[in-house]
Amino acid sequence: MNRLFALWGTTVGKKVAMAATGIVMILFLISHMISNVLIFRNPEHLDSYAALLRSLGPALWVARAGLLACVLIHIAAAWQLTMLARRARPITYAHHEYRVATYASRTMRWGGVLLFVFIVFHILHFTTGTLLPGWQDGRVGDNVKLGFQSVPVAIFYLVAMLFLGLHFSHGIWSAFQTLGLNHPSYNRSRRLLAWGLALAVAGGLATIPAAALLGYFK
Amino acid sequence: MKLNLKIWRQPGPAAAGAMQSYVANDVSEHMSFLEMLDVVNEELQTKGEEPIAFDHDCREGICGTCSLMINGTPHGPKRATTTCQLHMRSFSDGDTITIEPWRAKAFPVLRDLIVDRSPFDRIIASGGFISAPTGSAQDANAILVPKPDSDLAMDAAACIGCGACVAACPNSSAMLFTSAKVAHLGLLPQGQPERDQRVLSMVHQMDLEEFGGCTLFAECEDACPKEISVENIARLNRDLIRATVRDRGQVHVESGAG
Ligand code: HEM
Ligand code: FES
Repeated sequence: MNRLFALWGTTVGKKVAMAATGIVMILFLISHMISNVLIFRNPEHLDSYAALLRSLGPALWVARAGLLACVLIHIAAAWQLTMLARRARPITYAHHEYRVATYASRTMRWGGVLLFVFIVFHILHFTTGTLLPGWQDGRVGDNVKLGFQSVPVAIFYLVAMLFLGLHFSHGIWSAFQTLGLNHPSYNRSRRLLAWGLALAVAGGLATIPAAALLGYFK
Repeated sequence: MKLNLKIWRQPGPAAAGAMQSYVANDVSEHMSFLEMLDVVNEELQTKGEEPIAFDHDCREGICGTCSLMINGTPHGPKRATTTCQLHMRSFSDGDTITIEPWRAKAFPVLRDLIVDRSPFDRIIASGGFISAPTGSAQDANAILVPKPDSDLAMDAAACIGCGACVAACPNSSAMLFTSAKVAHLGLLPQGQPERDQRVLSMVHQMDLEEFGGCTLFAECEDACPKEISVENIARLNRDLIRATVRDRGQVHVESGAG
């Protein structure tokens, strides 16, 4: 345990924590995407999938607690590293140019904040129904259709998925580096994996609000 | 050619600084960037004004003393080139050139364009060494080094410690510099005994000096006059994780940080 705290005490260790928690969140989102697109086969599929998860009982709560811990550790590290970076350059340049940094890498912080706001909204929207009048417990497919009848909500989901994709693409690429994996022999595959997963997961999830906006669920 | 210069002037470490405008007349495209500044300084001195202070030493791209943020890029627009090796043919008549010091809390301005880079010295002192036997010289081929490892170690050893990586990094991170030193010794058999202690100490010292963390923007790699690769940063990360798992390294700290 002491070793882990010593690691966390370094800027590199905080990145290791972000990479590890990020990977757990990515694995969750892969399964989340696959189960959600079931709605295109039949909305009832979503209901039975949700019922299956609930039948896990305490195990579901363990998984939820684990994911919550990942989000909190990820944000704590992001916050600390952002503050460190700000303090590390008290006087900024009159003229500064980015030469190679990608848009995805440059939006990790504000994009991350947007993702956090999105995650909170998303849970209050579909999981607890607090922000969705007419929400019914267990009727997941109907709730999704109802939720996306609101055009601003569907657009917000689409924007969030855009930033999720960006966050993913740099996050996966960078997590390899943080964990010490960078080698010319596989860096091409590493790029492809980052872009491929970003496109599959964020794109896959985005098909649902997009379909709703196009009137598919009417 | 004629150039408009905007240069950061600051009389001392505690004094306030500001950008000031100068005009450089009759600049030859064959001049190096520093020679162009020399000419501006001669003119300032004949007018009785204080010359612009900037760091330089070898002027042949090997010592790492010259610096300068030129139009928002460390060492100017040309890749893999130090400011002393940058020539005025990289600019055109009538250009406006902004010249600033490296900006980082860890690199305070001493005067005008000169910053204090002693944090780098302390990072090296904390772990950038090996223990070698003294006494009679060892046979030169007693320790065999695989060719690929020696090539990679030499690539990392090309770092001249100029600080362009810190200057280019939006986080003011010193990871490229530190990782070059960690990788340079860690790739060689002679560097193995202190490998854990080295990475633990150098990362600790780097953090104490208040550099930021690495986001993998890779701006450092692009700015580096010696083309040090960010692959070295992955090596450092790997060594730090390894040292944490093995739990055998001692952290050595240099005094004087911050
Ligand atoms: C909850 C809100 C989130 C915030 C505030 C946030 C913030 C950040 C920031 C600022 C970074 C870059 C850190 C740096 O290199 O300086 C980062 C990296 C990362 N994020 Fe997030 N993020 C969030 C959610 C997520 C989610 C949902 C995932 C997974 C799907 C994720 C996966 C990653 C990964 C894999 C990295 C790369 C870590 C590394 O470079 O080693 N993040 N995050
Ligand atoms: S003055 Fe020595 S590298 Fe430029």
